[in-house]
Amino acid sequence: MAKRHFVPNAEREYTKADFASDQMVKWCPGCGDHAILSSLLNTFPHVNHKKENICMVSGIGCSSRIPYYVDSYGFHSIHGRACAVATGVKLANPAISVWVAMGDGDALSIGGNHLIHAVRRNQDFNITIFNNEIYGLTKGQYSPTTKFGQITKTSPFGNIDYPFNPGELVMGAQGTFFARAIDGMPNLTTDIMVRAAKHDGCSVVEVLQNCMIFNNGAHAEITDRAVRDDKIIILEHGKPMLFGKDHNRGLRFNGRYFEAVTLGENGVTIDDIMIHDEECEDTGIHMSLARMHGDLPVAIGVIRNVNRPSYTELYEDKMDEVMAASKYKCVDDLLNSGDTWEV
Amino acid sequence: MTQNQIVKADDIVVRFAGDSGDGMQLSGTLFSDASALTGNDIATFPDYPPEIRAPHNTISGVSGYQVHVGSRIYSSGDKCDILVCMNPASFKSNLHWAKKGATVIVDIDTFTDDALQKAGITDNPFSDEMERAYTIIKAPITSFTARIGQEQGADKKTADKCRNMFALGIIFYMTHKELDHTFAYLERKFAKKPDVIKLNKAVLSEGYEYADKLEVVHSHIFEVSKCTTMPKGRYRNITGNVATAWGLLAAAERSGRRLFLGSYPITPATDIMVELAKNKGLGARVFQAEDEIAGICSAIGASYAGALACTSTSGPGLSLKSEALGLAVMTELPLVVIDVQRGGPSTGLPTKTEQGDLVQALYGRNGEAPLVVLAASSSANCFYWAYEAAKIALEHMTPVILLSDAYLGNGSQLFRIPKVADLPSINPPLATPNDPNYRPYRRDPETFVRQWALPGMEGLNHRVGGLEKTPDGPLSVAPENHALMVHNRQEKVNRVANYIPNQEVQGDPDGDLLVVGWGGTSGALTLAVEEMNKEGKKVAYTHFNYICPLPKNTGDILRKYRKIVVCELNNGQFLGYLRTQFPECPMHQFNKVMGLPFEVSELKECFNKILAE
Repeated sequence: MAKRHFVPNAEREYTKADFASDQMVKWCPGCGDHAILSSLLNTFPHVNHKKENICMVSGIGCSSRIPYYVDSYGFHSIHGRACAVATGVKLANPAISVWVAMGDGDALSIGGNHLIHAVRRNQDFNITIFNNEIYGLTKGQYSPTTKFGQITKTSPFGNIDYPFNPGELVMGAQGTFFARAIDGMPNLTTDIMVRAAKHDGCSVVEVLQNCMIFNNGAHAEITDRAVRDDKIIILEHGKPMLFGKDHNRGLRFNGRYFEAVTLGENGVTIDDIMIHDEECEDTGIHMSLARMHGDLPVAIGVIRNVNRPSYTELYEDKMDEVMAASKYKCVDDLLNSGDTWEV
Repeated sequence: MTQNQIVKADDIVVRFAGDSGDGMQLSGTLFSDASALTGNDIATFPDYPPEIRAPHNTISGVSGYQVHVGSRIYSSGDKCDILVCMNPASFKSNLHWAKKGATVIVDIDTFTDDALQKAGITDNPFSDEMERAYTIIKAPITSFTARIGQEQGADKKTADKCRNMFALGIIFYMTHKELDHTFAYLERKFAKKPDVIKLNKAVLSEGYEYADKLEVVHSHIFEVSKCTTMPKGRYRNITGNVATAWGLLAAAERSGRRLFLGSYPITPATDIMVELAKNKGLGARVFQAEDEIAGICSAIGASYAGALACTSTSGPGLSLKSEALGLAVMTELPLVVIDVQRGGPSTGLPTKTEQGDLVQALYGRNGEAPLVVLAASSSANCFYWAYEAAKIALEHMTPVILLSDAYLGNGSQLFRIPKVADLPSINPPLATPNDPNYRPYRRDPETFVRQWALPGMEGLNHRVGGLEKTPDGPLSVAPENHALMVHNRQEKVNRVANYIPNQEVQGDPDGDLLVVGWGGTSGALTLAVEEMNKEGKKVAYTHFNYICPLPKNTGDILRKYRKIVVCELNNGQFLGYLRTQFPECPMHQFNKVMGLPFEVSELKECFNKILAE
């Protein structure tokens, strides 16, 4: 059966400017959110969805102000509940292109339950998690992604919570799409967001975002221009997993885990380097890729992208099937069904 | 065979009690259906434990089902005329529900030492005192049923499952009813299992014949008056939860909006979701959410996208939905929240009835968060109150909480089937695409209602959310703006009172005492007041379904009476609500928090006492 598309296509070509709202953007100067907003506004023209049918849904937090800055329909909901609100929007009208924005506290702490279930059901919307590893809007408390040992307002003697890795959570919930981006690489972020939008089903994009005020440099260890090339690997489907300034380092799977190797050293050739298969059903390799840090480069790009019917597709197919077969065509039929009698 | 002595009765109450797996609910339903089909008015009430199958033969495993049949029935009745007890535990825990002189049928085969011990009965289960107070029929139900099972080659387990049919056969004999309806039911239900049909029919007939041969029964044959005052029309039996679900379906069809229900399973509200899930064929979009919060939040999202959005729950779930309710108030989106109340607080008494959530419904949110509160008052009128809740939500762009309760939701009643086309029209204030004057919080000057612009509509892009906004839509923390918006949201809810009917008074309008009730207690209250009026007592009665806002003439009614008593199944929540609005009216209170509905007798006793003061 041909894939069903529910969101109507744009009737004209859009530009970034079509999606910028007239509201003043009130994030701190230098906040990573500005770059993510810009990437998002650049994304919409490539997605080709009718503008009136785009709906941004967010929770609470700095990043969740984003609906006000996008000229579309938008719902700035309550803390943690963006996925639940988005689920209702999409179920009530599958023709709406639904985009969810949340911060790390919003998505993974108070809203953790909704996130895993939206992912598990393969709800057809695009989730962006702005991960700055801190509660920003409440001024600097540790979040579920804050590093172990970190000093924050509520962990003045060091954080003893083990952090979540959003990618692992998505894989654990049988997610069909997970990608990681960096706020300071806006073109790459746009490319990733376009791919996320084109994925049928639930896409989750984690953007490593810098909070200048309360957690400045949280990701600098890997995103700083001086070290970036050696600290991240940009994954591309079907291509060998290479990284490094000279593109001469790569990932080899030794049968148990990934190891970083250098081409030409110890007899390593390009044939030893693992080819990225984002479409692999099994989550094992994707989970390993999502976890990489420390001695291994942090994976950026689309890590997992598998095809499975979305909740929307399953729901609409079921509704069509059940409604066509229904012996009741209107509520009067139902009211008069079964045992009834005349008085 | 002796000639039967027929006892003519306006109404009788039959209570079926047994172990949770004994099929008491089915026996009760079959008896009430057969009664309704032969012209009686009916009401039923299941009284069951929260455990699915508590240990066999224990008191905590007893499940009851009470049926009230007669000429005009308002409630499931106080005490019963006939009690069926399928084991010692049900006998012990239900005997106090039997009227003095009632017929009590027990399955004597189950009164083994072991079962008696499990039920905590240490001496003779049938004391002389009991034998004097009741007519106890010790029927060998298990052994008779087993014998028939053996004759038909059924295994013991299958035969045991039919014991309830034997008891039902006795009841049919005692109430002068034919077996045809139940035969027809069995044939439908077990169409693919002819052996099961044959066995059940045989056991049912055996019970009937057993009663025929029993001398003592012959002086206890009831002929229950038929209902002659019922308006003409087509009728069916319906539970409150099913009626609620159907009311929502009707409202969706009439308003042209898709029906969306986002809910999480919770006793005693789950059947609403189950019923709507069954009716996806009519377009009901049901979403079983991961939790109560996702239930209401998905409904709010669906409402933003243009659906008639609903969520169903019970007290603990309503607590979880509080924050999201505030969001619905703030975003001024239509939303129907159904709270089928149960005993609280916390997990409380999940399967028992109470009216303890009223204050939570009225005020259980942060900030000034007004919304509309309605209450259904009978199992059948749950249909109309669900419809009305949807109509008000959609037309006034507001969340509406509809209070039902375990008694209404699980109980059943006769329902006169309406035509959907005859129900009042529902006209949501949809915005017009590309309207240059559209602003998210611009209001109709009469109703204070904002327009509903749906994603997908051209030229109406806008953002809603929990933050305070100006009438034009942008965020604002300006002091005057907040004061204005708080006022506007309150005024919108207050003005719903312009669109609801006046409160009415029943009974003796010039009474010395005004009885006030609300929600699920109307059956017992109506009957109590009616009986007092018949006894020449001057008692008036007013029953509230519109809780917030109250009907505009509420104060006029209350101020007319020297004595007022507010009766409710909580510690006085409606009383407190009325007192804040009408401090000039002195009010008595009558409260019950036992997880049980009111009994007519206790109400009359209270009213007589107040009259005598």
